[in-house]
Amino acid sequence: MTETNNKNLILSVKDLEVKFKVRDRVLTAIRNISMDFEEGKVVAIVGESGSGKSVFTKTFTGMLEVNGEISNGTIMFEGQDLTKITKDSEWEKIRGKKIATVFQDPMTSLNPVKTIGDQISEVIIKHQGKSKQEAKELAIQLMGKVGIVDPENRFDEYPFMYSGGMRQRIVIAIALACRPRILICDEPTTALDVTIQAQIIRLIKDLAEEYGFTTIYITHDLGVVANVADVVAVMYAGQIIEYGGVEEVFYDARHPYTWGLLSSLPQLGEKGEELFAIRGTPPSLFEKVKGDAFAPRNNYALKIDYEQEPPFFKVTDTHYAKTWLLDPRAPKVEPPAAVKNLHERMTALTSKGGIYGERE
Amino acid sequence: MSGNKNTAAENREKEVLVSVEHVDVTFTNGRKKFRAVTDANFDIYKGETFALVGESGSGKTTIARAIIRLNDTSAGDIKFMGKKINGKISKEDKQWVVRNIQMIFQDPAASLNERATIDYCISEGLYNFNLFKDEAERQQKVDWALQQVGLLPEHKSRYPHEFSGGQRQRVGIARALIMEPKFIIADEPISALDVSIRAQVLNLMNKFKLERDLTYMFIAHDLSVVRYFADRIAVIHHGRIVEIAPSIELFRYPLHPYTNSLLQAVPMPDPQIEKAKKLVVYDSSQELITENSKLTEVRPGHFVYMDPSEMEKYQNKLAAMQATEIAE
Repeated sequence: MTETNNKNLILSVKDLEVKFKVRDRVLTAIRNISMDFEEGKVVAIVGESGSGKSVFTKTFTGMLEVNGEISNGTIMFEGQDLTKITKDSEWEKIRGKKIATVFQDPMTSLNPVKTIGDQISEVIIKHQGKSKQEAKELAIQLMGKVGIVDPENRFDEYPFMYSGGMRQRIVIAIALACRPRILICDEPTTALDVTIQAQIIRLIKDLAEEYGFTTIYITHDLGVVANVADVVAVMYAGQIIEYGGVEEVFYDARHPYTWGLLSSLPQLGEKGEELFAIRGTPPSLFEKVKGDAFAPRNNYALKIDYEQEPPFFKVTDTHYAKTWLLDPRAPKVEPPAAVKNLHERMTALTSKGGIYGERE
Repeated sequence: MSGNKNTAAENREKEVLVSVEHVDVTFTNGRKKFRAVTDANFDIYKGETFALVGESGSGKTTIARAIIRLNDTSAGDIKFMGKKINGKISKEDKQWVVRNIQMIFQDPAASLNERATIDYCISEGLYNFNLFKDEAERQQKVDWALQQVGLLPEHKSRYPHEFSGGQRQRVGIARALIMEPKFIIADEPISALDVSIRAQVLNLMNKFKLERDLTYMFIAHDLSVVRYFADRIAVIHHGRIVEIAPSIELFRYPLHPYTNSLLQAVPMPDPQIEKAKKLVVYDSSQELITENSKLTEVRPGHFVYMDPSEMEKYQNKLAAMQATEIAE
């Protein structure tokens, strides 16, 4: 995953480690991640809560909580190492302006006592130095772009007058106001209904095409990943454990944790049969992890998994997985039935006559 | 009884546990009135999992809260084991309802008392109803409930914040289970949980259903979970139930356009399929809603909310779906 041949990299992370001080103890939230982001691609970072996916992307905008610090590694963006930035004034040149974030809950990211219009114009005035009138025009234009009907009249409304989906559209409009090069979407649809989720995902995709920004999508929903991603990184216990093109990760997953995530999806469950569940819970990151962090929950764990951390093994030029199962000396292991022939089975489910089939 | 109730022959086979009959729930704010639920009319049979699916604000939780008497109804009756349980009822009956109908909430962090130990959280219901002879019996009941949900007796002295989300939801299930209820309402019990933990909780709930002959009402906004879990599904939109059918039937022949848009919105874990998917946006203004509109049976057990004049349209739609099936 560190191959850089001819790719147009926008962001490059090397050996990143992030630690948090919690009372007297130290928690290692990010354990040595290296990853390159290609310009214009949609990268999805998948993992459960506590896996470090949000912490990882917060390091790109200097938004770690005060008790957190980058203890090792570099993050290269436009020739600058972001880990070296200490002053907030320097961060302001990047955060929001070049790398913007859309958060999960649109109610908490908007100011409830300011009008929608003011909140968008404010950003335009601050970062683009426009006059108030110009900013208003641009803001109304943006509101139209993100699908707000009748933006002139809704300009002076307050966030509580908007529905959840509409609020998230406004947050996206604010994020785009500065024409960022990277848009980080941190679970942007988790708080929304499925039907609205589909619309917001569509919107982000369309805007990415129009504005040409690189999207980093954080989610725990593999259905959403399948929809948006070009590249997928699966995170577990502060590390990336599998990385590859979206079809490689879905159709040819190699890490047992990825297998587990895919098999436990209710979309794939057969009625009357027990749904596959990954047993146990993720490890505590206060302790030093010995060997493979997933080993205690892994049905395919080898003896070495408890002793030594696996390196990344190459599956293809774009697909890597961090599991000893890919070592030439490891026994041959078949992926679980639920993951095998995923595409054939999903095709059957979604074709005419299948349970999610087209009806009209 | 008319509307969505099953045919007489089927009723004889299945025992009705909960009966919601033409229920309205209206909220008032000063002089403004808002009808959150309109004419909810369905039965839940003993031993089944009945799912109520809709978007936020559709009124699904309001119906659930009306059943456990947390919301007042403004019209209609709710019956539990044949006895009316909404409106004014005796104190004994109220206790009987609370004891036999338990609820599992969406957010296990918010629904447990942060300052109480797990031991107390789980036995709160026992204390309220004096359901134990002595301390030893209470302890034994708590240990049993903990063991049932896969937690250990040593967890008793801990506080909710010491547990993960999945474990907290297990505590939520344990405290419902210890009351030995007949009916459990689960309000989005897995929405706040991680993907890898969801399957654990669903399997656990299924296990209790089989072992303890429980009946569930399962509230969800996502049809994919429900397909796996529910026997029958009711789809609710803007306070109105628009379609009720057995789970398999609903997925095979979704008749109401809103059901179809919900089905299409389920994200599929398959990049090729998902990327090719078209977005179906449901426009409720296209619906014909008249004063004669009601849930009407299109096929045995399959009800769609419609005006009588639309019957032919839906029957043609159904026939077309069946034809493509045979063709394959």
